[in-house]
Amino acid sequence: MKYIDYVQLNPFQRAGFKIKTFFKNLPGALKKFFIMLGNFFKKLALGIVHSFASYGRRFAKGDATTKLSYLIMGAGNAAKGQYIKGLIFFLLEVGYGAFLAFFGFEYISKFGTLGTSNGGYEYINGRPVKVEGDNSMLILLYGVMTIILTVIFLVVYVTNTKSAYKVQTLKENGEHIPTFVEEMKQFTDEKFHVTMLSIPVLLIGTFSILPLVFMILIAFTTFRPPNLPPNSLFTWNGLHTFSEVFSTKGGASMGHTFLVLTEWTIIWAICATFLNYIMGMVVALMINKKGIKLKALWRTLFVITVAVPQFVTLLVMNQMLQLDTGAINVLLQNLGFEQIDFINGEAWVARVTVIVINLWVGIPYTILITSGILMNIPADLYESATIDGAGPWKSFTKITLPYMIFVTTPYLITTFISNINNFNVIYLLTNGSPTNENLYTGAGYTDLLVTWLFKLTMSNQDYNYAAAIGILVFIVCASLSLITFNLTKSAKDEEAFS
Amino acid sequence: MIKSYKLRRRLSNALIYFILAVLGIIWITPLIWMVLHSFRGEGGSAVHYLMPKTFTFQHYIELFTDTSLLNFPRWFLNTLIVAIFACIISTLSVLMVSYTFSRLRFKARKPLINVGMILGMFPGFMTMIAIYYLLKALDLTQTLPALVICYSAGAGLGFQISKGFFDTIPRALDEAATIDGATKNQIFWKIILPMSKPILVYTILTSFIGPWTDFILVKIIMGDSRNNYTVSIGLQLMTSQNYVSKYFQRFLAGSTLVAIPISILFLKMQNYYVEGVTAGGVKG
Repeated sequence: MKYIDYVQLNPFQRAGFKIKTFFKNLPGALKKFFIMLGNFFKKLALGIVHSFASYGRRFAKGDATTKLSYLIMGAGNAAKGQYIKGLIFFLLEVGYGAFLAFFGFEYISKFGTLGTSNGGYEYINGRPVKVEGDNSMLILLYGVMTIILTVIFLVVYVTNTKSAYKVQTLKENGEHIPTFVEEMKQFTDEKFHVTMLSIPVLLIGTFSILPLVFMILIAFTTFRPPNLPPNSLFTWNGLHTFSEVFSTKGGASMGHTFLVLTEWTIIWAICATFLNYIMGMVVALMINKKGIKLKALWRTLFVITVAVPQFVTLLVMNQMLQLDTGAINVLLQNLGFEQIDFINGEAWVARVTVIVINLWVGIPYTILITSGILMNIPADLYESATIDGAGPWKSFTKITLPYMIFVTTPYLITTFISNINNFNVIYLLTNGSPTNENLYTGAGYTDLLVTWLFKLTMSNQDYNYAAAIGILVFIVCASLSLITFNLTKSAKDEEAFS
Repeated sequence: MIKSYKLRRRLSNALIYFILAVLGIIWITPLIWMVLHSFRGEGGSAVHYLMPKTFTFQHYIELFTDTSLLNFPRWFLNTLIVAIFACIISTLSVLMVSYTFSRLRFKARKPLINVGMILGMFPGFMTMIAIYYLLKALDLTQTLPALVICYSAGAGLGFQISKGFFDTIPRALDEAATIDGATKNQIFWKIILPMSKPILVYTILTSFIGPWTDFILVKIIMGDSRNNYTVSIGLQLMTSQNYVSKYFQRFLAGSTLVAIPISILFLKMQNYYVEGVTAGGVKG
């Protein structure tokens, strides 16, 4: 189909066409993906082989001190006059050695079993003496830490051999060997990226990557009651956790709960994203309509609810929805209606309530974000549509909506993902209620997967289930983002303006 | 014809005014309810009417004087301190990371960007338990520095929006400065940063507001150390079953006090905020 044919289609036909081409291209895309993956591993393997080869070559060509620095780091640099650099390498080696000897080795050696000794009392000369048992969780955590530090150390080690060989060649060729100060100066210019990234990477490594690796590994263990450290041990159990999450055996099974909550999470994310988006846009259009006065007032009236911290409004809302005492039920009673149990009553009532309250939270946000873009839609489009006899509804569905969706697709998809992970609204408003005995302990009908994950860790202590669910949520979000990333040109055109 | 057109426009405008007024009332009512009832003179958590009969400052005064059980001024101060430090650290790391990825070219750039994006997609509090034990190992649990670390450590991962902004600054500027002998360090501090006011304000704003609104992390890290709570979890504590009957109106008063400065800050900066969100998230 040519572009000109495509433009003439209505939005539904376009969507149909897009879906058709998506599936038509799917085998090709998959093939491309696997080829890409294959290339990546080929490159990686080649890279490793290459670096080993050059590692050996440097050793063969190196002089005595360069060879020595394969054992004692920094020796090569120090011998050629780079004393401070040599000393730093040496201290790093000593430090890592000490870390391994006094701390890391104990944990890494138990990493395969996650501990064997349960602790308890040992009788020495007939007297009971308390013996500390292994703590599986600490073994796992510190084991991961040791592995990460080892990888970092290996990188430093290879850098050391490279550096030693480089100074050697510089000296052989009679070139100037840079002093410490000169090398430091490079970090404000040619190597500025190292300076800039060092602190953030350190922080992210310690407080994001390390915990994340730990939690991913938890999904492959038996870390749930009764295997809770420090009193008892847990161990590896492969993919067993995942099969338990999907198993539908028994009354209130994990699998059943998982399905119910996944379904609700998807319904929630769709409603929360698109209802907010469309209704917010309608209100924004009303505010920005020609001839409407006091625009600033209307805008502020809505935007002020974005400005007030979300937890404040949500806690207030929660209080207003309470039975007997809540303002809304009081109002209903005064008007002569029955009270409605918004939170702990029927499942669908609670679900509709959170979606409606979320409209209250989300519409002003859409107004805030879209107002500016809405003003950018060329006015002559609307004018010519009006001359052709289009009413406000027609111009909204035929002009505003297609234009806005085209421009804000990335925003929509990030909003969709953040709605899948929308913890605050559910947690503060209903905390997942109403609970039901058909669902796994603690889970309720308005729980999203993430709030359930939170409950599983905090109250049930089913850490391995929680980790497995976290991984599944990640897979969904990651594939969605990947699709967006490919849809938007912003990734490819990142240098378009520069 | 013209008359009827005018009439129709008037009618439709009247209708829009009506809808906007109704919606406006719906939107503003909970907030007004919150403020009004924080001044309500009659005690008790619940009343069967919507308009208070008498007004008093009592609850605000109690909030700051009766600190034996629930220490609101302390919480407020805690939050302010944490917010300031977290704001400084996270703003710096976001700007450093995004500038590096946007302007500097080095071998590991693309892989690092991808790793950053993937890390950002895991549900944030999946890692909470691990972070808790990590902080425990560092002997930092139940302290404010732990909160600062938690709020700012991962900040560098949120580089996309400001990277999108930096991408739009012409590279010719960098090149001209390089020819004039500036180092990359000088280019960052003297050329790019002064030009990045919108994104700077956006980053500062979002990272400052974060600690005021988060409560999951505080709850896990602080446990029962009530003196180190922040306002959000403190206010939530006031609405818990044991306290709600006595503290309900103080909860409203406290909420109002938190909401006012944050709202003013946000309203003042909203244009920067919109610019920030749309710079990274919206592409034509």
